[in-house]
Amino acid sequence: MLDIKDLRVHFRSEPPGKDAVKGISLHMESGEILGLVGESGSGKTVTAMALSSLLPNARAEITGKITFNGMDVFSATREELRALRGQSISVVFQEPMTSMDPTMRIGPQVEESLTVHGLYTPEERKQRAIQAMRDAELPDPESLYRKYPHELSGGMLQRAMIAAAIICDPVLLICDEPTTALDVTVQEGILNLLKKINREKGTGILFISHNLHVVRKLCTRVAVMCRGEVVETGDVDQVFFHPQQEYTKRLIAAIPTRNRKR
Amino acid sequence: MEPILEIRNVNSFYRIGGSAFSKGRTVQVLKNINLTLYQGEVLGLVGESGSGKSTLAKSILGMTEYEGEIIHHSRRPQMVFQDPYSSLNPAFSIRRIVEEPLIIYGKYNGAERRQRVEEMLAAVGLGPEFHDRKPRELSGGQRQRVSIAAAMIVRPRLVILDEAVSALDVTIQDQILDLLMKLRREYDLTYLFISHDLNVIYQCCDRVIVMKKGEILEENTVDGLFENPRHEYTRQLLRAAE
Repeated sequence: MLDIKDLRVHFRSEPPGKDAVKGISLHMESGEILGLVGESGSGKTVTAMALSSLLPNARAEITGKITFNGMDVFSATREELRALRGQSISVVFQEPMTSMDPTMRIGPQVEESLTVHGLYTPEERKQRAIQAMRDAELPDPESLYRKYPHELSGGMLQRAMIAAAIICDPVLLICDEPTTALDVTVQEGILNLLKKINREKGTGILFISHNLHVVRKLCTRVAVMCRGEVVETGDVDQVFFHPQQEYTKRLIAAIPTRNRKR
Repeated sequence: MEPILEIRNVNSFYRIGGSAFSKGRTVQVLKNINLTLYQGEVLGLVGESGSGKSTLAKSILGMTEYEGEIIHHSRRPQMVFQDPYSSLNPAFSIRRIVEEPLIIYGKYNGAERRQRVEEMLAAVGLGPEFHDRKPRELSGGQRQRVSIAAAMIVRPRLVILDEAVSALDVTIQDQILDLLMKLRREYDLTYLFISHDLNVIYQCCDRVIVMKKGEILEENTVDGLFENPRHEYTRQLLRAAE
């Protein structure tokens, strides 16, 4: 479904030769859940943004090749890109509090991608939004539809963001640290929800996180990024229990566990 | 064991809404909290958002109103906050941020303050190259080191860590936890360690308190809590941390 070859991202504000992403290659089958882990600044988010072509050309220079469902993303036309962004690829960001518009009710934000693409009548859009919110396991979606973001908890907002992302049945859902800002018990619920969406709708998920522990609960395969490069890829248990690279070993050792006291 | 902090029948309320004509609704965020912290221990406090953890921390420092009694047996308790991005004054240099509490405290002259600031910054692992930088020129982990230095500079005996490592990457979190435990040994500190990560609590604390909806659900030693959780909510937290 997704094939990335030698992807390079260079921000124009940085000196030449200092790339944010240094020629990475990744491959994803449809319906797969791939974890992308690394620390802040390792290039995870930049990679995801390049994928969904969210990086403005004026600020970043992107080279390489991304093939999505047989389409070469970099040679696509404006219209093809628009369709790609809103309908085939959706993104869920880390902070539900800041990625929602506080002045807009939840419902219109959930159905926004349909509105922007001019799909369906307003009444059908509303029905679809309510269905997407139900799929995201939000209680009483009819009344939530008319609420404002500040009336919802962080976990509920993140579910609303997921509803907005799955309303157009994307082939690929990119989740950028979707659980990092949430309580552990709420986090657990979101992970289960993502698993359910993957199972029932066959949506491929690219799950970005700095926490290998969380990645292990959700993903089948994982790619470890460090300073703009993919240093290790493999089956999640393989990487977790038999890491090959020094960096991966350090990342795993840093996860707080119950086998030591400080 | 000598108590350093005693909390007796503390209740706290927030008023929601209300205007010149109506009183609005009151929500009780702390319900009859009783708690003693002993000198030298690390007491973990876990609970979800809205459980009252932060309100309790603020009550201890007198940053919010409460009913009941909070008895301090130490002076100048300090707090380290979660977000190293918003809790540091962006206009000040690192040196100035760490010096600020001493200026307010007013006991030392300029030369003494500078010396203390330098010692403190060295203790948290920030070399001279950082002293004149502004917060925005630092990484998240480095900023949290600055927050810790600013809290410890007045030599408190009790420090409240309110999700102090929750916003950090695991590798940075690991370093900051090591730093906090080192400072605790060096300065003989007592920590109230607020976190939602039970594994972090396990590594760092002696005792734990689990809060939910403004109440203390259970209180136990760390090993006791992990081996024998008494409430369903605690079991849920433990499962999530596996």
